[in-house]
Amino acid sequence: MRFVDEYRDPAAARALVARITEQAGDDHFKFMEVCGGHTHTIYRHGIEHVLPEGVELVHGPGCPVCVIPMGRVDDAIAVAETPGVIFTSFGDMMRVPGSHGNLLEAKARGADVRFVYSPLDALKIAQETPERDVVFFAVGFETTAPYTAVTVLRARDLGVTNFRVFCNHVTIVPPIKAILESPDLRLDGFLGPGHVSTVVGNRPYRFVTEQYGKPLVTAGFEPLDILQAITMLLAQIRDGRCQVENQYTRVVRDEGNPRALQLLAEVFELRPHFEWRGLGFISQSALKLRPELAAFDAELAYDVPGVRVADPKACQCGEVLKGVIKPWECKVFGTACTPETPIGTCMVSSEGACAAYYNFGRLHREAAVTLGRAR
Amino acid sequence: MCLGIPGQVVELLDHEHLARVDVSGVGRTINIGLLEDEDIQCGDWVLIHVGFAMSKIDEEEARLALASLQMLGEVYTDEVDALFASPASGPSGDGRAP
Repeated sequence: MRFVDEYRDPAAARALVARITEQAGDDHFKFMEVCGGHTHTIYRHGIEHVLPEGVELVHGPGCPVCVIPMGRVDDAIAVAETPGVIFTSFGDMMRVPGSHGNLLEAKARGADVRFVYSPLDALKIAQETPERDVVFFAVGFETTAPYTAVTVLRARDLGVTNFRVFCNHVTIVPPIKAILESPDLRLDGFLGPGHVSTVVGNRPYRFVTEQYGKPLVTAGFEPLDILQAITMLLAQIRDGRCQVENQYTRVVRDEGNPRALQLLAEVFELRPHFEWRGLGFISQSALKLRPELAAFDAELAYDVPGVRVADPKACQCGEVLKGVIKPWECKVFGTACTPETPIGTCMVSSEGACAAYYNFGRLHREAAVTLGRAR
Repeated sequence: MCLGIPGQVVELLDHEHLARVDVSGVGRTINIGLLEDEDIQCGDWVLIHVGFAMSKIDEEEARLALASLQMLGEVYTDEVDALFASPASGPSGDGRAP
């Protein structure tokens, strides 16, 4: 495991932290990691506590489960409770609370809700049970949307008429823009998302540098990747540069995955607007099926309430998703809201900032408090 | 839900962009259609996400990804179990993706 050791090498980490400390000097920098996978790495490895005082990481909206608003969960449950429907979903989404419980509870009440690993599994169920209608709860950024696209085209090509998609795919650029427009937050740069960039590439992020004057470095998921991306951000600021740079060249290419982008264009079009948990309505921020694929669109086939539901008052997922507060600053964190009984979405997914902090981060924080390094 | 599991391609199937991959010693069938332009060959490593090859990676990245995933413990084993249980990703031959 030589390769792995190189990326976990404590000496290399110490050298990077020393460099970050030198670059930061006496100034204060606030960087947002957009991607839930990065949030997970940061808490898993206690990265925020090895960074100098002047470098703060705030967590962004890049957890696809976390950004789905309650109203959409209610809509999903309404579809799932339609007689004759088999409703299929990734496991994470089953526990996301709507205003009257989650999909697991709908299942307990008698709805036929099934966990699937892949949209292809949902299509297979549709083929095997032609007398029932099968709906797939599609969520995720441009990372997962191509898989839904392939599945819908496959259903069309096979002539499967009892398969539909309840589409909640969202796009990565509009929430970044919304955060840059938000008066709550002053950021000095971004750690660009990893997997989603394998699809969209680095070019869509240019507006961050060109229109908002903030540097962005696409980063990998290893602790050293995160530290290296931070040094790249600081180097840009110190050199007076403002660019989109790619630290994760092992996987991400500037042009992304042209085949996947072509599939997205073939299957989806932008919705005029879509509600995001914590960020409100953002125009052109989500995908729906194109009109020629309307036969596969569950929203057209079923009566969905489509009602906007306000988050529970106690829940501060919105502020967490915007990076305005840290998970432990939420009033219900770890008491009323835990991974076992989540109130908010950020506590549901393992990539949610609250769940990641609950599972790992608080231990690092306790250690840091003991050492007098808490923040 | 964005966990990518590394797997090594052991056989390219003629059928609809499918490939047989080895994931921690277990054979599964995945869809490699999104990597059409990458000229995937036997022996290549890919990152697998919900039954699809998400990206072509080198052996170094595969080892890193695997080591990171193993640190996750339950989250990782749940994801691998889900892949192994997925009907559309069944073992080579039968259970091929629809």
